[in-house]
Amino acid sequence: MDNHPIEQHIPRLRRYARALVRDRYAADDLVQDTLERAWNKLHLWRQGSDMRAWLFTIMHNVFVNQARSRRQEVERSMEEMPVVAVRGHQGQELELLDMDRALQMLPPDHREVLLLVAVEELSYEETSQALGVPIGTVMSRLSRARERLRMLTSPQGMTSLKVVK
Amino acid sequence: MNRITETDLQAYVDGMLPDSALADVESHLAATPEDAERVRAWRELNSVLRSTFNPVLDEQVPERLLGRPRQRLHRHALAASLVGIGIAVGATTGWFARGALSGIPLAGSVAPGIARQAAIAHAVYSPEVRHPVEVGADQQEHLVRWLSKRLGTDLRCPKLSALGYELVGGRLLSGPNGPVAHFMFQDTRGGRLTLYVSVQKGESRQTAFHFAQEDKVAVFYWIDGSYGYALSGEISHDALLRVADVVYKQLNP
Repeated sequence: MDNHPIEQHIPRLRRYARALVRDRYAADDLVQDTLERAWNKLHLWRQGSDMRAWLFTIMHNVFVNQARSRRQEVERSMEEMPVVAVRGHQGQELELLDMDRALQMLPPDHREVLLLVAVEELSYEETSQALGVPIGTVMSRLSRARERLRMLTSPQGMTSLKVVK
Repeated sequence: MNRITETDLQAYVDGMLPDSALADVESHLAATPEDAERVRAWRELNSVLRSTFNPVLDEQVPERLLGRPRQRLHRHALAASLVGIGIAVGATTGWFARGALSGIPLAGSVAPGIARQAAIAHAVYSPEVRHPVEVGADQQEHLVRWLSKRLGTDLRCPKLSALGYELVGGRLLSGPNGPVAHFMFQDTRGGRLTLYVSVQKGESRQTAFHFAQEDKVAVFYWIDGSYGYALSGEISHDALLRVADVVYKQLNP
């Protein structure tokens, strides 16, 4: 059986969603909602254009709608930041477990940019299109996301974080 | 040498810097240890991010994400059409009906009441994102007490961890004969099973396991005393039977 092009992108949509929302089930829900919309709007997809970028755009829209109602949770998790700081203490290297958790400390729009660029390897231009923001915004979010993660996951970062607090 | 910007450094890390600018950035880094360190950390960040999330690519895609929905009904519309109109669980139910319709004539697939009701409840609640259950597994004791009280029996909630399913929680439903207890379980890939427990009309009796396939949803159901049980999931007959067997044994120790 031939897979429809949409289906070929599912593994990558799942990877992005997992990094974005962390919880495995919630991530697949996000993918499912994205696919549902994509199938609905398939007639709007331009033949020959990059389907993956199109799917990421849809996922972004679904995510933003969901994130709106989750905003309070995000704010709460920001308050819990010192817990992460303690965990990040040992070792010079970034730790895998901490990465997963530290990512959730980023504002969602910064996390999106970082993941699209670093994990999904979209170009800055594609990222800007997928998220519907100017390239300048992509670059500044990317830079801030990286600096924030560097602080959250390195022992030196922890120190400066405490100073900031 | 041109002034090196933050954007140049990012692009360098992401491999998006035009070749013509490479030499400038590299000599800047050689002369500026602080930026070299940042670039190193960002690179490491990229590689940690990838190694953290790349394994997702190799996971098996959950069944619920595959295939094209036949007819686009939003989940809520789906629930309304199933519950409100009592429409046949079949060709009109979006995700539920997707994929291989398996060629089973709908009329022939109509299973006895409980299997059908359980399949509908499964189809309605198992795709639910935000409120899959009324009471979560964290309040399991309260959940079981509450549902026991409403059904007028001592319910037990099976433990399926050994089979890879964890309790999500449960809810109270209304069935043709009154209250129904509905438990939901989930495996690590997000596959969900539901256990439907309802009061049976008529005299107390016992039946063997029966199997019904309601489109994508497989159901094992049995009657034990005054209660009917139905275990539903979008998994194979054999896989579901293994779980049903464990459920049965746990409920009848």
